[in-house]
Amino acid sequence: MVSSYSRRDFIKISSCFLASSAFVGVNPIGLFAEDMDGVLADKVVPTICELCFWRCGVNAHVKEGKVFKLTGQQDHPLSNGKLCPRGTGGHGLLYDPDRLKTPLIRETVNGKQQFRAASWEEAITLIARKFDQIKETEGADKIVLFSHGFGASFFKRLFKAYGIHNFSAPSYAQCRGAREEAFKLTFGHGVGSPEGLDIAQSKCLLLIGSHLGENMHNTAVQDFADAVSAGCKVIAVDPRFSVAASKAERWLPIKPGTDLALIRSLIHVLLEENLYDQKFVKDNCIGLEDLRAGVVDATPEEAYSLTGIDAQTIRDVARDLARFAPASLVHPGRHVAWYGDDTQRSRAIAILNALLGNYKQPGGLIHQTEKYGVPNPYHFPSNKKTAVKYKSKFPMASKVPSNEIVEETIKGNFKSWFVYGTNLTETLGDQKATLEAIKALDFMVAVDVLPMEVTGYADVVLPEVTYLERYDDLDDRVYRKPYVAIRQPAVSPLSHLDAKPGHEIAGLLAKEWGLSELFPPIEEYLDQRLQAAGLDLKTMKEKGVLVKEDKHIYQAPGEQLQFRTPSGKIELSSANLQSHGFDSVPQYTKHPENPPGYYRLIYGRVPMHTFGRTANNRILGELMPENELWINQITGQDLGLIDGEYVHLINQEGKKSVSKIKLKLTERIRPDVVYMAHGFGHTDPRLKFAYHRGASANEMITQLTIDPIMGGTGLKNNFVTFSR
Amino acid sequence: MSRERKYAMIIDTKRCVGCSACVYACKAENNVPHGFCRDWIVSITKGTFPDLSLLNRSERCQHCEDAPCVTNCPTQASHYQGDGTVQIDRDLCTGCKACLAACPYDARYIHPQGFADKCSFCSHRIKDGLNTTACTEVCPTSCLTLVDLNSNDGKAEALMKGREVKIDKPHAGTKPKLFWLV
Repeated sequence: MVSSYSRRDFIKISSCFLASSAFVGVNPIGLFAEDMDGVLADKVVPTICELCFWRCGVNAHVKEGKVFKLTGQQDHPLSNGKLCPRGTGGHGLLYDPDRLKTPLIRETVNGKQQFRAASWEEAITLIARKFDQIKETEGADKIVLFSHGFGASFFKRLFKAYGIHNFSAPSYAQCRGAREEAFKLTFGHGVGSPEGLDIAQSKCLLLIGSHLGENMHNTAVQDFADAVSAGCKVIAVDPRFSVAASKAERWLPIKPGTDLALIRSLIHVLLEENLYDQKFVKDNCIGLEDLRAGVVDATPEEAYSLTGIDAQTIRDVARDLARFAPASLVHPGRHVAWYGDDTQRSRAIAILNALLGNYKQPGGLIHQTEKYGVPNPYHFPSNKKTAVKYKSKFPMASKVPSNEIVEETIKGNFKSWFVYGTNLTETLGDQKATLEAIKALDFMVAVDVLPMEVTGYADVVLPEVTYLERYDDLDDRVYRKPYVAIRQPAVSPLSHLDAKPGHEIAGLLAKEWGLSELFPPIEEYLDQRLQAAGLDLKTMKEKGVLVKEDKHIYQAPGEQLQFRTPSGKIELSSANLQSHGFDSVPQYTKHPENPPGYYRLIYGRVPMHTFGRTANNRILGELMPENELWINQITGQDLGLIDGEYVHLINQEGKKSVSKIKLKLTERIRPDVVYMAHGFGHTDPRLKFAYHRGASANEMITQLTIDPIMGGTGLKNNFVTFSR
Repeated sequence: MSRERKYAMIIDTKRCVGCSACVYACKAENNVPHGFCRDWIVSITKGTFPDLSLLNRSERCQHCEDAPCVTNCPTQASHYQGDGTVQIDRDLCTGCKACLAACPYDARYIHPQGFADKCSFCSHRIKDGLNTTACTEVCPTSCLTLVDLNSNDGKAEALMKGREVKIDKPHAGTKPKLFWLV
């Protein structure tokens, strides 16, 4: 049946962006002469993307020594020949005209602090001697490594051998830490990254805040599209009508902050109506009666009064989940640092999945354990004599929350930070505290590709080359299939920059500390590792990725499931949590409400950017140069706000945003909430494209609600109003 | 070529998430200058909170069988290629914009170097024996498929089976060759 669209429906989003955006400069690459459609590459180099943590296999197409195109590797389990927008524009980072050019050292001239360009020798010697001094006088336990990204592995090894054992990453307490701890408490293992979820085969998928499709993790979105095509019943719980919600059979525009109340009620219905997988629970779970007692009050009627989702809908959703079980899946999310009850909310999600009996079932949770397995013949001895590892004060924190390091630094308990690839002042919330901690430091080093804000506070800045110019360690992981993949240079490091790959920087420091034997030349190191697995570097460089089959993703017939929890069972009720004074079954406590005239600020991802990491990328910025603030159409009109106008944000503590943000009046959001993409509103003028474009969500997050179980930072209990 | 080909594109809006990977991939593949694009995402929201619908779809030149851009081109720069695609001969194009005015789909722009430009269905790739365009290749949701309507591989039929198929502006009478599955 062929019918037509009506003309007035046509709004060219992308071309509107193009027409209306002011661009700084022109295409920085300027590669080709005219009439060069479909340039044929001189060579195609398989490597690993670093535009986000998913780490897809990409092919870098190179012509005359320049990368002009990036495509997804066919054989890589994370890309399957496909690529997300960010990965496609990755060469925008390589050719970013604002990249750090040389090592920088802070100096004071006439009472004014400034950076001066330094040689690698001078910068490395300075860091090595300064760390030696701290190690001798106060102890290496006063030094912390913050990191994000794959390249950090070399520094971790170096620091362990040197005697620094305090590592922290915002990806824990500011992102998925609560989820990992909750699943460990329940199933004995975390969800992992990339997540062990069988989305493609799910027949019923409950998304709670997960905005797949805007959250563009390549294979997760591929799986989601497959599920949607196959008729999967999607239920999207989100205060915003996300792209995922538009694919859903039901959209539940929940009152933010009440997700745990909804999940508890779904558990209540499954138990009350005996819809849960009774055999699975009997065989594999403990604590059913505690659970029953713990959610007895979570009736759909009670949940309605909290969430705004009517009781019948809650019952229907619970019944749908049960009807399609075990091919029903409650997505555990990824960035879960929302309200400070995040471990308990994630626990409730884990429990809900357990009741559906979807563990190791098609369409459910899968446990990806089997790695490809490339041993490391290089022994990195850990120097434990000189320092003790800092132990988090939070009982279930398996890693040290970055915000706790900030707190302890302010108290004077840490003296030095080494920051690799993470823009701390834009990721931790409570900027004031982060800056206070930085001020209290004796010495700070930052390694980065771009002059991110955090580098501006460092005493020494070391410029790293981009992922397209360097080797990193082997990526030995699993996404349904175990694989080993290589990151290798697609092009030589750009010659006008004096930047180095991370392994070389770590090697230079190692030499200063008499640890040279830890860092043989990188190709020799990689080849030795591969040889130990019966492979070799030459083959790996040609193929990019090697893949095995994993026969253990699903439960084999007759297989007894085992769980590495204290009881050996799935813990619906957690004695472990109870012993630390926490609820053994997740209970709901109300969160702060909007002060009058203020709107709760929530934030998320967009397909074209990875938060602040890509905001300066000219290629990606062409379609999305700035973020917008979504506000409900009626709310906006009532306030006299105009679609497309620029406003400052002012939060509940009176903090005013440095830059203005464009308003998007839309029907696609609840009246009591505003939404923006995270990662814009940069304040370092050295980021010439991103500088003052859009506004920063992090800047508005002055109130952190700390998760008492693992120390995560609830970031979504902040409220804003507007000022022209 | 033993038989005449007729390339078309099938776009599954149910799969599309509107991410724009197709736009970036096209720009890199075809060296489209900064500030212009040969394909784009249309995003349509209907309804009021909370009863809403959202449709995303990727668009480009329709490679019409009866193309007004070809009819109206005074220099024959715009022409039909033997594979059912509409192409532009840059040497013949004077940049007069008659085709821009004639195109009901607003698919063309004037390249800063003075000629009309638009999606070619990655003609260079087709000639190279690839059965993908840059956009169909990259698409993370696999919502875009290049098909040869004259082939008997059953690809187009399989995709369209049981689905409602829409074309854009049939009243324009141009016999467009982008087919949207809704």
